Amino acid sequence: MQQAKWLTFAAIACIALTGVAQGQTLSINGAGATFPYPLYSQWAHKYHELTKVKVNYQSIGSGGGIAQIKAKTVDFGASDEPLKLEELDQAGLIQFPMVVGGVVPVINVPGIGPGQLRLTGEILAQIFLGKITKWNDPALKNLNPGLNLPDLNITIVHRADGSGTTWLFTHYLTLSSREWQEKVGTGKSVKWPAANSVGGKGNEGVASYVKKVGGAIGYVEYAYALQTQMSFALLKNKAGNFVTPNIESFQAATANADWQKAPGYYLVLNDQPGDKSWPITGATYILMYKQQADAAKAQAMLKFFEWCYRHGAEMAQKLDYVPLPPKVVELVKATWAKEIKADGKPVWP
Amino acid sequence: MADLALPETPAKTQTRRQGDVIFRWLSRGCAFLVPALIGGIFLALLLYSLPAIKKFGVGFLMSPEWNPVTQEFGAASSIFGTIVSTLIAMLLAVPLSLAIAFFLVELAPPAVSRVVSTLIELLAAIPSIIYGMWGLFVFAPFLQADVQPFLASTLGFLPLFQGPPMGIGMMSAGIILAFMILPFICAVARDVFLLVPRTIRESAFGMGATTWEVMYKVMIPYGLVGLIGAVFLGLGRALGETMAITFVIGNSHRISSSLFAAGNSIASTLANEFAEATEPLYVSSLIALGLVLFLITYLVQILAQFLLRRLYRPWSVGL
Repeated sequence: MQQAKWLTFAAIACIALTGVAQGQTLSINGAGATFPYPLYSQWAHKYHELTKVKVNYQSIGSGGGIAQIKAKTVDFGASDEPLKLEELDQAGLIQFPMVVGGVVPVINVPGIGPGQLRLTGEILAQIFLGKITKWNDPALKNLNPGLNLPDLNITIVHRADGSGTTWLFTHYLTLSSREWQEKVGTGKSVKWPAANSVGGKGNEGVASYVKKVGGAIGYVEYAYALQTQMSFALLKNKAGNFVTPNIESFQAATANADWQKAPGYYLVLNDQPGDKSWPITGATYILMYKQQADAAKAQAMLKFFEWCYRHGAEMAQKLDYVPLPPKVVELVKATWAKEIKADGKPVWP
Repeated sequence: MADLALPETPAKTQTRRQGDVIFRWLSRGCAFLVPALIGGIFLALLLYSLPAIKKFGVGFLMSPEWNPVTQEFGAASSIFGTIVSTLIAMLLAVPLSLAIAFFLVELAPPAVSRVVSTLIELLAAIPSIIYGMWGLFVFAPFLQADVQPFLASTLGFLPLFQGPPMGIGMMSAGIILAFMILPFICAVARDVFLLVPRTIRESAFGMGATTWEVMYKVMIPYGLVGLIGAVFLGLGRALGETMAITFVIGNSHRISSSLFAAGNSIASTLANEFAEATEPLYVSSLIALGLVLFLITYLVQILAQFLLRRLYRPWSVGL
């Protein structure tokens, strides 16, 4: 009897001790945006194989990511929407861009294939305001003289859940149309004014509604448009060109943006200059504290991000994300060296 | 072994009594857990929704406005959607499940009855997200392609059937809900019908009553109390259903007279918007929506109790 008790005790002690031992291998916890989750989790997996450093990333949404880093329950947060400099300073945080993605208008109009329909920001806003209600509206016909646009009602498909995708898209419409700015504005969820509109949950929800409803127009992440082979529309950019959404046009928007003049990297890549720039482009951000409690952990974290910038680009492109241009990465690293400190000493490099 | 035969010593009764006392307190504690939980949830909902209640007051219940950008929130469209989708579901599911239950008990051959009963119970075990996916990928396209154009061409003069047929919307949400609550109502109704004594049923037939008369003059009145219970069980489930509705209701904060139009319900709004709501007033308004749903469900339960008490005497004594 006594012996059995001792055995149980020993077994429990063993389990407890292995737990302690595991705790000693470094693990980094992050939480936030769902959009970069497939990429972050793949990066983390590969990095763990190479270095034994474990990065856990929970995709709980940008709002959740901001709340968690502010509550200090995670080591880094992730958000699709950049925080304003005042908000960062107030919380003692810095943010930097990690990868870039684009939002693409997708349509379901009989006879119109991918990349055939041309749109401008103003007309897109008119459609989403419910002012243009038919596909054969003169405004659309003028832009697309070669297309046979049918006499079909337009159905708006938007995200039903709050999301960074909606934020980026409505930000672009706000930039493009004064009326949109006054009536609707920018937000992760907004009051959609068009009478004929439905909301789908997630990118996949929007994609499936657009596919099912004839005459629908919606907006999804580039990766979804590509993987579901939907009919995307071309958009007119600041330089006046109609551009195709693809990795090159997102990267053009990223490279042409003036990051140096954006305090706290608060920069939305919508409507950037450049011949090839796709007008609805945005970066997804990492949030970290300037004052780090644990120098070793902070260093490990930055090493991981550095590795992602340097070696993760190929993986990013495979998953249809856009890696940051090298000159932006250099800028981010300089920020690390300047801003992130532990015990008063810089952590990087 | 031998002490089994002996009369119990005082010490033993003592321990037995102690056991009883402990058990009594234990079960009492467990029973109190339920009201404590309900009270706790209610208080928490109330506490967190206070900012929204303070800002919007009673107007929160009346206003159809839901604008996260300007931080204007009102529950009217969500309440409307919850009630309308539940109403459609009840209108379809109650008569249908009563008919099925009656068929199973009275008309079907025993073998058929056994198989169909099992299938109905299986229907009740399907997770709601499966109904949602089936609704989105199979049922809504069917509504869009076949049912709604037909309704629009024949009954299109009614405001109920106007607008472009999209498949998804209030109509498909109501019908999917009906499918979901049907097995619950049906299973209980079948058991209620089975409890009607054979002699009563047979005397009715013996007096020359038709099958229809037996159903609505004998079986339904006899089992009324149980049937009302079944209906309210379905109603409670329909009010709070989330995932399936979120898939097919269209998720649009709008009150429309047309069943083709997209709408939303309280539960679907919460499922959609809670994760990304960051502003305090936004979160508080969502929690206030939860409070409204809590109160609606509670009112429905009170109504059920009230009906049961009122109807029990006049109906069942008469037989």
